[in-house]
Amino acid sequence: MSATLQASPRTGDRQFGHRHRPAAQRRPRLAMIVLLLGALYCLTPVAWVVIAASKTPRELFTTFSFAPGSGLVDNLANLSGYDAGQFWQWGLNSLLYAGLGAILSTFVSAMAGYALAKFRFRGREVLFSVILAGVLVPGIVLAVPQYLLLASVGLAGTYWSVLLPVIINPFGIFLCRVFAAAAVPQSTLEAARLDGAGEVRIFGHIVLPMMTQGLVTVFLLQFVGIWNNFLLPFIMLSDQDKYPITLGLYTFLSKGAGDTDLYPLVIIGSAVSVIPLIVLVLVLQRFWRADLLAGGLKG
Amino acid sequence: MPTSTGRRIRAAATPWLFATPAIVFFTLFLIIPIGYAIYLSFRGFRIHGGGAFGRRVQAFVGFDNYLAALTDPEYVAGLGRVLIYGVIAIPSVLGLALLFALLLDIPRVRAQGFSRTAIFLPYAVPGVIASLLWGFLYLPSTSPITYLAERLHTGPLDFFGYPALYFSLANIALWSGVGFNMIIIFTSLRAIPTSIYEAARIDGASELQIAWRIKIPLVAPALVLTGLFSVIGTLQLYSEPATLHPMTATVTTTWVPLMKIYEEAFKNDNLGGAAAASVVLALGILVISLLLLRLFQRRTFGDNV
Repeated sequence: MSATLQASPRTGDRQFGHRHRPAAQRRPRLAMIVLLLGALYCLTPVAWVVIAASKTPRELFTTFSFAPGSGLVDNLANLSGYDAGQFWQWGLNSLLYAGLGAILSTFVSAMAGYALAKFRFRGREVLFSVILAGVLVPGIVLAVPQYLLLASVGLAGTYWSVLLPVIINPFGIFLCRVFAAAAVPQSTLEAARLDGAGEVRIFGHIVLPMMTQGLVTVFLLQFVGIWNNFLLPFIMLSDQDKYPITLGLYTFLSKGAGDTDLYPLVIIGSAVSVIPLIVLVLVLQRFWRADLLAGGLKG
Repeated sequence: MPTSTGRRIRAAATPWLFATPAIVFFTLFLIIPIGYAIYLSFRGFRIHGGGAFGRRVQAFVGFDNYLAALTDPEYVAGLGRVLIYGVIAIPSVLGLALLFALLLDIPRVRAQGFSRTAIFLPYAVPGVIASLLWGFLYLPSTSPITYLAERLHTGPLDFFGYPALYFSLANIALWSGVGFNMIIIFTSLRAIPTSIYEAARIDGASELQIAWRIKIPLVAPALVLTGLFSVIGTLQLYSEPATLHPMTATVTTTWVPLMKIYEEAFKNDNLGGAAAASVVLALGILVISLLLLRLFQRRTFGDNV
């Protein structure tokens, strides 16, 4: 989206380049080749897994990797049949953890970011500094004490044990503060207050809609972060029916360590779980406000 | 008067009310766990009484756990491996991300939209699955690279040997991370007003000179941000080696510090040791992050202050 913003000034110097520096025409071709090589590098493993997913176990180890096989339907049936459809349960779990977790997290971050950006109050700078320091705390190192604490209140091993810790996202709060400061004019808030609107109403009806674009970015970041998270569910969960997809596939692979029969299952499972995520990214890319991230550090 | 005071109190309370959920979750899931980890790191089992009848009793053990962690050859070796991996992975990720971002920013290049999306795609693939994909591409029995190498009668390729393993792991990080960092750098390139380059172009500066002299210095803050996140992420390396572990014996169960911490906590029932090792790792990450910020902040923001 930002690419379109500056299209016009750049077309201006296009003619200039044509006229004065014919040598410059060669460079964009090299640039294109390097970019396409990068694209090839990034797409190859995805292409491989999609092709490998179509192979029967025998074909997997005997035919050339990028030759399609004949076992796609069987593999899918095996995957669905594994432990009475447990794979799909994992998918639903991932969707629950990432979807609900990211929604709650974004909402909590939006409120805190709004408070930090739009109110002057004693302790504001201290609060902000403490939260900012939280960005530097390696989240994963917290997982062991979090497990012990949740276990002591009987929550370890439940859905809550994976959902609750991901609600706090210091970087999300930081981004929401930056975004609230930029997107919500003080005068609008004053006008709403003069009209007698309550603070909750102002937040829900005026502030949240104004922050939507930034909130989508915070949501997407957190969604992908939770979806990709491995160590937290790995430590918290023991019941396989509650596993997210990453942990489930890891279990497949660990079981298949000595036993290559499970490899096709791992491969088809990876392919099936990667495709919806890729579609999601392609669709949501237009809402992605990377400038918010890039601008974050300047504040 | 009373209404005015009431309103003032309410006005003072409003921001705190909005921040309350964040403060509660921050306290429950960050501050208390950190405090608990520090407490645990000073606790351990002491044997009371002598001989075979000694009882194991939990007690305050001072810095014993820290001493044990820092003198544990496996933990220290794990730290070393993470550092070697980071030295390979971080510059490659950031360097290539910067290169791609600069190429995307050159006018008149074809296939920019396609390349940008394709390079960004792996961001959506979880680390575990990325490691699975690459793992199969490395594994001799399924690898197309090994297949081709055999057809060409070159020697067998071992992606899991030393030092190849470091590069194999760094490659997974590169594949997963280059697109995200590219987008952040590219976006801050787009935020630079084009008028800045126009003067340079009129003076006959090449795209290379413009990139080197103007663009890179101006996107330095974005590079610091991406570098910082790369460092924090690298030291927490876990899911990639854990996923490769079933595929190769070279990746042991304690290959990186976090794998060691997990094993201490959940397999050896040594919570104190695991907590001390976590605290050491967290402090290391904090110190390196602050050093980086200080080092680059002066260089990046020095002119503005």
